[in-house]
Amino acid sequence: MQAISTAARGRLQSIALATAALGLGIGSLTACGSTAATDGASATPSDAARSSEPASAGLTVTDAWAKAAESGMTAAFGTLTNNGSAPVTVVSAATDASDRTELHEMVMKDGEMVMQPKVGGFEVPAGGSFELAPGGSHVMIMDVKKAIKPGDTVRVTLTLDTGGPVEFEAVAKDYAGADESYQPEPGEMSSPGGMASSSSMG
Amino acid sequence: MTNPKLSRRGLLTGALVGVAGAAVAGCSTPGGASAEAPPGSSTPTSGTNLIGTETEQFHGAHQAGVATRPQAHASFVALTLHTDVDRAAAGRWMRLLSDDARRLMSGSVVLADNEPELGTLPARLTATVGFGPGFFAAVGLPDRRPESLQPLPPYAIDKLRKEWTGGDVLLQVCSDDPISLAHAERMLLKDSRAFASIAWVQRGFQRSAGTTEVGTTPRNLMGQVDGTVNPAAGTPAFEGAVWSRQPGWFAGGTLAVIRRISMNLDTWDKVARDGRELAIGRRLDTGAPLTGAAERDEPDFAATDELGLEVIPRFAHIRRARGDANGPQFLRRPYSYSTGPDDQGLIFVAYQADIAKQFLPVQQRLAELDLLNTWTTPIGSAVFAIPPGVAEDGWIGDSLLG
Repeated sequence: MQAISTAARGRLQSIALATAALGLGIGSLTACGSTAATDGASATPSDAARSSEPASAGLTVTDAWAKAAESGMTAAFGTLTNNGSAPVTVVSAATDASDRTELHEMVMKDGEMVMQPKVGGFEVPAGGSFELAPGGSHVMIMDVKKAIKPGDTVRVTLTLDTGGPVEFEAVAKDYAGADESYQPEPGEMSSPGGMASSSSMG
Repeated sequence: MTNPKLSRRGLLTGALVGVAGAAVAGCSTPGGASAEAPPGSSTPTSGTNLIGTETEQFHGAHQAGVATRPQAHASFVALTLHTDVDRAAAGRWMRLLSDDARRLMSGSVVLADNEPELGTLPARLTATVGFGPGFFAAVGLPDRRPESLQPLPPYAIDKLRKEWTGGDVLLQVCSDDPISLAHAERMLLKDSRAFASIAWVQRGFQRSAGTTEVGTTPRNLMGQVDGTVNPAAGTPAFEGAVWSRQPGWFAGGTLAVIRRISMNLDTWDKVARDGRELAIGRRLDTGAPLTGAAERDEPDFAATDELGLEVIPRFAHIRRARGDANGPQFLRRPYSYSTGPDDQGLIFVAYQADIAKQFLPVQQRLAELDLLNTWTTPIGSAVFAIPPGVAEDGWIGDSLLG
């Protein structure tokens, strides 16, 4: 219940399992950086506490949500923030909603925006952020095991090139957009045109 | 998603790294770091006097939007639950609405908002949720319905219309800015359509923010000062009249009565000024009782004129509304409506701990005799239980549905 209510607040928790792996020198920060991470807009006391844990935290995820879906595919979105001093790359994702989760980007092909697997993953620059949003990069959830209803939460686990996973919960929203056309990798499907129309989300 | 807030987050994240670097040297302040942000990067919430940036608190012992000083604009949306909505689904809905309300009220962008620029100027926006009489049985909790939460009994003066009556769930959204209000209403309804359909919508207004001194009693569209006898927020009289002290899930909640009162301003036009004042029992200019000099003077219902007639007539609204009880009996927080020249009136909204004990006696007396009934007609009626406030880690209705 605690986890659900937190997720419902949309403040995605990143359980900073990556902290130890990154192993930045952080001792002095914890002593005096307790409010440095608050941006005044959406940070909560717990956000501040996590961030002050330093940078080691590496990657944090905020404002995560997913598009509710009765079946088929859907996607999760949010803001990835790299508090560290070196770039971090998300190399893969997994969710409890599906056995098949991919990192996708949107690209222009033959005059229309289509989505396709993102080769190399999502690189989050040092001290910067990376947006997962409808019409842009997103965590693609294929073949959902059961309906993801509005208000449900999807647990997402990101694997980083630097090691340990970052977990967060995305609250499902009834969202009319994100009806992206899917462009499979070459060779995966014999008829990309047909796929694009038949696999529209939503 | 390149909205200003997210960009700012990026900037501040950058600043954080700067702090981290400085920390080794000696703990620079975060304030210093944010001051380094380039001009123009701040949102309007950073220190102007615009009313758009003013906020009301979402968290607290009671939901906002009741004790809150009335904003200029209000929208009341009643919804009918989809038949498949059970306790768990209602809980999912309330969690979504709570996150939306928290963000909307603070000026943070709501998740999945396609118009994020409309969400950053709350102008004291409040979003308040209530449960109608039918909600409790629908979610399998019929015995948790506050006892006095029932449709009002029929009154002879009523000409209720279905399109303004009843409802399983209430969304009340108020703001000093109509654009922010419309956006907030839309965001809340997008997160509601999976759970309920709209039964009715009533939109109302008071004076625009800044038009009168804060605390000025509003006027309705009949020109009357309306709301003088209202308990002041924060006083024992207010606390006792408005908030439920019933042990259990509803402690700290309140019961709302929403009545749509149509005004016939054409027939009201035919009434001379002294007749209008006798009908209400107050002067039109100052709002003072006919026996007094200032708005807040206590009416002297025993006073008679040289002919021995009561100065405040038997049929006067304030005499009938006052009855035998002393002091305020509930909180009125009404809004005017005007959808066109032939459709104007008052969205009468009253909050009380117990409808049967506090509201019904007054309504009964007014229905029996009140000269104002000549020009006013109730055309809608609904009641809702407003759950108590939301803790930092809670959500609206968690004491009932959680």
